[in-house]
Amino acid sequence: MAQRRTAWTRLTTPFANIPASTATALALAMWVAVIGGWALLSYGRVVPNMFLPTPGTVLQTTYRMSLDGSLLYHTFTSAKVVILGFIVSSLISVPLGLWMGTYRVVQAPLEPLVNFIRYLPVTSFVPLFILWIGIGIEQRIAVIFFGTFFQQLVMISDCARSVSRDLVNASYTLGTKRSEAVWHVIFPAALPAILDTLRVTMGWAWTYLVVAELVAASSGLGYISLKAMRGFQVDVIFMAIAAIGLLGLITDTAFRIVRSRVAPWAP
Amino acid sequence: MGTLILNASSQTAVESRMAMTETIKAKNLAGTASAAGDPHSTGTTMAIQDVTLRYGDANGVLALDDVSLKVARNEFCVIVGPSGCGKSSLLYLAAGLNDATSGSIKVDGREVIEPGPDRGMVFQSYTLFPWLTVRANVEYGPRRKGLPAAQRKQIVDQYLDEVGLAPFADHYPAQLSGGMKQRVAIARALANDPAVLLMDEPFGALDSQTRGTMQKLLLRVWERQQKTVLFVTHDIDEALVLGDRVLVMTARPGKIKAEIKVDIPRPRSMDVILEPEFIALKRRILGLLHDEIDEDH
Ligand SMILES: Nc1ncnc2c1ncn2[C@@H]1O[C@H](COP(=O)(O)OP(=O)(O)O)[C@@H](O)[C@H]1O
Ligand SMILES: [Mg+2]
Repeated sequence: MAQRRTAWTRLTTPFANIPASTATALALAMWVAVIGGWALLSYGRVVPNMFLPTPGTVLQTTYRMSLDGSLLYHTFTSAKVVILGFIVSSLISVPLGLWMGTYRVVQAPLEPLVNFIRYLPVTSFVPLFILWIGIGIEQRIAVIFFGTFFQQLVMISDCARSVSRDLVNASYTLGTKRSEAVWHVIFPAALPAILDTLRVTMGWAWTYLVVAELVAASSGLGYISLKAMRGFQVDVIFMAIAAIGLLGLITDTAFRIVRSRVAPWAP
Repeated sequence: MGTLILNASSQTAVESRMAMTETIKAKNLAGTASAAGDPHSTGTTMAIQDVTLRYGDANGVLALDDVSLKVARNEFCVIVGPSGCGKSSLLYLAAGLNDATSGSIKVDGREVIEPGPDRGMVFQSYTLFPWLTVRANVEYGPRRKGLPAAQRKQIVDQYLDEVGLAPFADHYPAQLSGGMKQRVAIARALANDPAVLLMDEPFGALDSQTRGTMQKLLLRVWERQQKTVLFVTHDIDEALVLGDRVLVMTARPGKIKAEIKVDIPRPRSMDVILEPEFIALKRRILGLLHDEIDEDH
């Protein structure tokens, strides 16, 4: 049956799988197209190099800043801010979100407030944070926290709420007490979805980095981008962007690995 | 053309099975007179008295209307009724997972007020804990009870063996077929040694062949374990193959319309469905349920 279908039919069938080799080839082709397009525009002087550096310059800058250790230093500072902000946020949002999804009495007061706050732009709070917290690393961590916490809370509460009622009911008929259900049933049942939520929100945390380092930072990838902007060092900005993307990719992969270790039973 | 051939061959199969049942029936009658003792003589395990259930407010659905029934110790009691007649609602009440609007439910003389391990339940949907292996699923109840590890292991081994899943002890539920999942669910409920086992159409989602296998397995387990079972189904054949007694339930509002004693001797084979007394009982139940449909119109 399957052999009678042409390759084209297979590629254009909704949800149909494509061979792994085809998928890899398509992914590579996309990168080649993006970098090729960039090379064409920059080397061909279609866009002045002052605005669009060539891939070669960006590589040279990266090499130079790797050698003198500054790239590693700024990367480390930024990673520290993002990861600390993310950890503090997750430590509160996971238990609170579980409660919120499990108990209507926790959800009822929190949900309207959280839904209000999570639509507020993080940037609008930066001046407040500076006033309240100062200009140290705590202020940057607060920005990351503020950007991720409320989103996490709503999503994790949804993870808990979508646990099958009959799974909880079954646990009751097996001797689980009402007070134990959250820990013994709802948490493990929701764990794969919670880990997926953490992975996705970790990505969002990275996107707040530049906002966090916008004011009063003296190191970090966002900070060197802003400084480079003033000096028209577009190559540094490109390098910083690529580094943030790469770090995001690394944490994403790390979360996928953790999920497959912690919840090997989940598809 | 194809249909014709199919009909012809299934005809022969039915005939040969009928011939087989004759011999089985003869054997049953000869050897098992004592196996089908009167369940009522051994006392009541579960008593449901004048239970009414209305969902929502006073204008909500009246799901159960003044239902009363008793389940005797070690009896296999089956409730049969059309979809939506309130069978699940009744079992959830019996399990203590929901509160009746009025009436009382007692198990071993104690009023049911909340769920507990003395009322095991097997659900129609798959409710194995996906994060636990088959072994850990069965062990869940004994663990909640705080039994020591050695005793837990002995219980788990016994019931996994009983449902024929010992080789799958270390699998996760996602790796099992639907029938296997329900077998684990049965083992998991039995591992708590409940006073009554509530079963809500546990084989409803299975294909008919697997369902037959599961019925056979359940009968074997029940005969060996001597458990009180309240089993709910919409399948008349299933009700008659399994039950000592079948309660016919009708819809809107859910009411017990008739009680039918099934005096077909045990152990029963799946071929009982071809015996005249089985067919007579089935005709009666169909009649009761059809009356209901006619009254509706
Ligand atoms: N949680 C609920 N809220 C409102 N109505 C319900 C609820 N559960 C069941 N019902 C209604 O009660 C009736 C009986 O349902 P149920 O007990 O599930 O029947 P069965 O198990 O026999 O198919 C149906 O009309 C159904 O729509
Ligand atoms: Mg039902």
